Amino acid sequence: MAKKLPKTDVVIIGVGWSGGIIASELTKNGLSVVGLERGRERTTEDYFMVHDELRYALRYELMQDLSKETITFRSNEKIRALPMRQYGSFLLGEGLGGAGVHWNGQTFRFLPYDFQIRSLTEERYGKNKVPAEMTIQDWGITYDELEPYFDAFEKMAGISGEENPLGGKRSSPYPTPPMIQTPSMKRFADAASKLNLHPFTMPSANLSTAYTNPDGISRAPCQYCGYCERFGCEFGAKADPVVTVIPVAKKTGKFEIRTHSNVRRILHTGGKATGVLYTDITTGEEIEQPADIVVLTGYVFNNVRLLLMSEIGKPYDPASGTGVVGKNYAYQVMKGSAMGFFDDAEYNLFAGAGSLGMSLDDYNGDNFDHSELNFIHGGNISFTNTGQRPIQNNTVPEGTPKWGKEFKAQSLKYANRVLKVGGQGASMPFRHHYLDLDPTYKDAFGDPLIRITFDFEEQDRQLAKYLTDRCSEIMQEMRPSLMESLKELGPYEIMTYQSTHNTGGVIMGSDPSASAVNNYLQMWDMENLFVIGASAFAHNSGYNPTGTLGALSYRAAEGIATYSKKGGILA
Amino acid sequence: MDEQERPKTTDDQAKGMSRRQFLVTSGYAVGGAVLGGVLGYLLPKRQEAAPPAAPAAEGNDYGQALMFFTQEQFSIAQAATERIFPTDENGPGAKELGVAYYLDHQLASEWGFNARDYMQGPFFVGEKVQGYQGRLKRRDIFQIGLREMQNYSQSQYGKAFVNLTEEEQDAVLTAFQNDEVPVTTISASGFFSMLRSGTLEGVYSDPLYGGNKNMAGWAMRNYPGSQMSYTQIMDKDFTKVPPRSLKDHVAHS
Ligand SMILES: Cc1cc2nc3c(=O)[nH]c(=O)nc-3n(C[C@H](O)[C@H](O)[C@H](O)COP(=O)(O)OP(=O)(O)OC[C@H]3O[C@@H](n4cnc5c(N)ncnc54)[C@H](O)[C@@H]3O)c2cc1C
Ligand code: SF4
Repeated sequence: MAKKLPKTDVVIIGVGWSGGIIASELTKNGLSVVGLERGRERTTEDYFMVHDELRYALRYELMQDLSKETITFRSNEKIRALPMRQYGSFLLGEGLGGAGVHWNGQTFRFLPYDFQIRSLTEERYGKNKVPAEMTIQDWGITYDELEPYFDAFEKMAGISGEENPLGGKRSSPYPTPPMIQTPSMKRFADAASKLNLHPFTMPSANLSTAYTNPDGISRAPCQYCGYCERFGCEFGAKADPVVTVIPVAKKTGKFEIRTHSNVRRILHTGGKATGVLYTDITTGEEIEQPADIVVLTGYVFNNVRLLLMSEIGKPYDPASGTGVVGKNYAYQVMKGSAMGFFDDAEYNLFAGAGSLGMSLDDYNGDNFDHSELNFIHGGNISFTNTGQRPIQNNTVPEGTPKWGKEFKAQSLKYANRVLKVGGQGASMPFRHHYLDLDPTYKDAFGDPLIRITFDFEEQDRQLAKYLTDRCSEIMQEMRPSLMESLKELGPYEIMTYQSTHNTGGVIMGSDPSASAVNNYLQMWDMENLFVIGASAFAHNSGYNPTGTLGALSYRAAEGIATYSKKGGILA
Repeated sequence: MDEQERPKTTDDQAKGMSRRQFLVTSGYAVGGAVLGGVLGYLLPKRQEAAPPAAPAAEGNDYGQALMFFTQEQFSIAQAATERIFPTDENGPGAKELGVAYYLDHQLASEWGFNARDYMQGPFFVGEKVQGYQGRLKRRDIFQIGLREMQNYSQSQYGKAFVNLTEEEQDAVLTAFQNDEVPVTTISASGFFSMLRSGTLEGVYSDPLYGGNKNMAGWAMRNYPGSQMSYTQIMDKDFTKVPPRSLKDHVAHS
């Protein structure tokens, strides 16, 4: 029998960005919150030896230990899913702060178009534009309704930026000025402007200047150290839950964090959650934590997995297209790009920051005409200066051998002379892309792994080609000595890093038969259970997800506070 | 860049700013207070930025001993990685950089045991898009791979790999790269690609792991290693910054 603890107002499963925001907002509201995190405690002192590419970028020091838990993957239902035995395509967070510790900090807002994608697409191009198998749907919320929460997230994190000329309306400017513009960024921006595009400095959670946020948290400016993505920031300059929201929650005295606590089931009776069952992984002890409200913030995969293992909500069935848990898994099309080799210039490419760059939205969302195109949506095109570390960056012109004398000479020559313009292509959900429990493979506790069924579609291939052509036009204008670009998208494969921007599985909407949660991310089927994260995205846009995930978390926190007083379904 | 044009250096970077000056120029001091996590970082008795270390006296590097390889495996690994990243007019190759020691130490570590990979069965042959599905650990793969390189050298040239000419060694490596070697227990090209990526790791990882000796791998490509800040050069043209390693970050008592 599991040991049963005293009841708390709220229990949170996983303490990353989503969990951290919920904790700070609810404790400020006077609720008692217990945060259960399967990984360990983390502080900025942990990163004094962080400028170590091998340990953090190649050996994944801060990420989930795959020997204990991973995902399984298959391209389609005819194939046997097999475990992702080693990291590749995406990297899963674990430990206090989750992936919010080792993210880049590129902090965008999705476009107004995204939230009403089905209606706006059909309105402009007619019903036939959307293929039968493509399961896009409106999100049950508009950009304007979500705007105040975007604003709250950006002010909390101190996002540095300048207004996107093609983005949604803003109620206030970015709280801190844009990051430094480097000579290579200027080369991109000049080229894009010559083509009459609308470049702007990438919105950044790497602070451009010292900043004190509305919660009273002061943080230092970014040092452009070049060790951002996959690393923790020893300066506290990169917004991360550990240096922003978690201390705010702790200061209230109402937040108890229990690390090394792996939640294995959400407990419920009579259609209401009663708490969670977790294992203390240091002792193996099973513990029950009762709560009035349960908040699931374990990232896309574990949000879906815990619901399915706990038998909450109707599992998605791809054959009939019914059911909701596991539906609309989406990813991204990151390979549309162009690369330039520059013999005339050398840049400080070894330096940089995770979100240092320029981007443009001329080919994102519905900002351009799709009448003659075989796809919908598009992607943000960007040029970034994130710090080219030497093990992972040895780009040589096509035709150069992969090793030996010539490889060495060329890789040294171009170490600081290769610039890449890349598209972050949106990913549309399809009826046969989904998440469910794997029938064969288990985690370290003997619980089933989550299974991904996903592949690129014709839509993705067309989009990748289109973005490649646009990136090439810009690169051409940047006048490289030599240019290369993607030839063909190819199938989705799990081995090369693409992005940790997985979405869907517990999607939001206004119709309980087509969505799992409402626009406060409250489960339709269980009113005291909230499921927060990019799992709520009904499709994936041409941006990094965390700005939108942060906004939804602030909105959910408001809903949970209301629910704690009034009860009932909020929307 | 014109060959005559000398790369610029910023003196602040090269000589290392004083810690106090760093706090001021970088904006860490806000209203007299030093901010959050930086405090602990900047204040321990860390050595002031030293100029790049002089090469260690020959024979005095106690890290250059073997934890995993046999002497024979070590010499094959050393010869093979030197072909992958050879000495040339740009600077030292894998051998001088200590890459084979790097590999040896890594194979003895959790990486060699695939400690953080999912190694539970059942094992099935998968589709290419599903990635590695074998049950062998990296240390097994290296042992088999190096032995097969030796066997292949013997069968093709009647000599051990280390005794082949450079051209012959390249031919052996190419045969592995292209899966032209009839090995059954492992994928020849999979082994080659581990050897190649391991070589780049040994050339460019922090010297603490046994490769990149004296930071010479970094110096060759003007990579500055571990620096606290580049703020001063971000809007500048290419700037040469002498490398520093993590050793500089250890607080010495
Ligand atoms: C290398 C990298 C770069 C990125 N760069 C960007 C970027 O530039 N811009 C951007 O917008 N996004 C970026 N992202 C994505 C971003 O990190 C995520 O969107 C965000 O961190 C997700 O927050 P979350 O709280 O939903 O999930 P997570 O951060 O994954 O947090 C979930 C937490 O729950 C815990 N957990 C899970 N299951 C359980 C369980 N059963 N019991 C207890 N605890 C559990 C996990 O250990 C984890 O700590 C990046 C991600 C990576 C990996
Ligand atoms: S680049 Fe800036 S934000 Fe990123 S880790 Fe370095 S100092 Fe921190």
